[in-house]
Amino acid sequence: MTLPFQLRQTPLTAFNVSRGGRMVPFAGYEMPVQFADGVLKEHLHCRVAAGLFDVSHMGQVILRPRTGRSEDAALALERLVPVDVLGLKPGRQRYGLFTADDGGILDDLMIANRGDHLFLVVNAACKAQDVAHLRAHLGKDCEIEELTDRALIALQGPDAEAALAALAPEVAEMHFMEVADINLLGTPCIVARAGYTGEDGYEISVPADRAAALAEALLSDSRVRPVGLGARDSLRLESGLCLYGHDIDATTTPAQGALEWAIQKVRRRGGARAGGFPGAEIILEELATGASRRRVGLRIEGRAPIREGTELFAAEVGGEPVGQVTSGGFGPSVNAPVALAHVPTELSSTDTPLFAEVRGKRLRVFVSPLPFIKQRYKRY
Amino acid sequence: MLKFTEDHEWLSIKGGIATVGITRYASELLGDLVFVDLPAVGTVLEKGETAATVESVKAASDVYCPLAGEIIAVNEFLHSDPAMINRSPEGEGWFFRLRLANVDDATALMDEAAYLALVG
Repeated sequence: MTLPFQLRQTPLTAFNVSRGGRMVPFAGYEMPVQFADGVLKEHLHCRVAAGLFDVSHMGQVILRPRTGRSEDAALALERLVPVDVLGLKPGRQRYGLFTADDGGILDDLMIANRGDHLFLVVNAACKAQDVAHLRAHLGKDCEIEELTDRALIALQGPDAEAALAALAPEVAEMHFMEVADINLLGTPCIVARAGYTGEDGYEISVPADRAAALAEALLSDSRVRPVGLGARDSLRLESGLCLYGHDIDATTTPAQGALEWAIQKVRRRGGARAGGFPGAEIILEELATGASRRRVGLRIEGRAPIREGTELFAAEVGGEPVGQVTSGGFGPSVNAPVALAHVPTELSSTDTPLFAEVRGKRLRVFVSPLPFIKQRYKRY
Repeated sequence: MLKFTEDHEWLSIKGGIATVGITRYASELLGDLVFVDLPAVGTVLEKGETAATVESVKAASDVYCPLAGEIIAVNEFLHSDPAMINRSPEGEGWFFRLRLANVDDATALMDEAAYLALVG
């Protein structure tokens, strides 16, 4: 029997609707693309105060070592990611990538050391595939559990600390990429000081049945406004962060994605645990010698946004396309169009002029350093 | 004479010239606009051809030519202030003026009551 396709709901779907969210399908879920304020105002509010995002569609996965020794889970996961997991201290998280045998990126994720286990947050559209991948390769060493009974709330912006500290003062002491057990409204939550906006803030994993109460409590602070996926996208784009499936995907290697920083020395050639992940040979060779193309930022001379899929040319007239825009839109905080693109490495240095073909016109763009805005993480 | 299309454009027609914009309903759905691409004066367009493009933070949307005609003026102020479309979609946020190829074509378009019924 084939059942009609139905969008999945998050523990906060009803809450999002009650708050006036304009609901759209996203990665199989019914998600708010915006609230009454609209994308532009939600974006700007998040940069000057605080925004609350429902990101419960993302996958939350626990990796528990069967031996009971946490380093065994770390070493097991290192077989799938080119990341120093073993060196990650308890209570810390870092960015990682699942790679494929051909060097492509299967997904990007956050990896947290939770003491006796690892806690992963993966992309919604990839989570079924990621969990299957983990089970197939690490099932012998780790118990793999997808947490389907939890919501994920992001609280982002310069007022995020004050708003969350009103419920739990100890969150003010956390630093960027720290992860802790925090009691919020009497409920044990997992709180990470991290996010996807370029702002300081938190991501809060909360039991599903307490998610709406927590969101209500946070929104009762007048500095906090609900923000939809539209502004989430423009915020991450301005801060130069990749969106999986767009800026990086299975046909993009880490070096092509300009993600060398995510591969620590210990996993590179000459490191104590060099290689040992899918595609290591290709990926590490590219780290040493460079890739043929590279993800870059583009700054645009005019006011016209340049969207995903737009072709890039080396000259104003004629020639074949040399690259393509992978994410593009208007950056409300920089008050100008911004884009990410893949270009040949020889055209990837800052200020290289290129031309983007929009509605038959070639518009002048320049390779730009990333991020487009100053990131404001609380590192120290 | 005020007319509307199913694509959410309005036309205010006087003496064979239509002033064209997008409806309040459309502007609210599109959200805050950050860029508008207007046609060149002198462009001759068929009904349904893309006449202009508006862009929000998130997406680009085409504005169609509601009837056949020639563009005789565009609202240059929108280039520097595309948000005018959100503030006054059916007034100062007009897009262009069109010299209609055949004024009688307009009678087939919706009046305001019919349009409001369409968008509920």
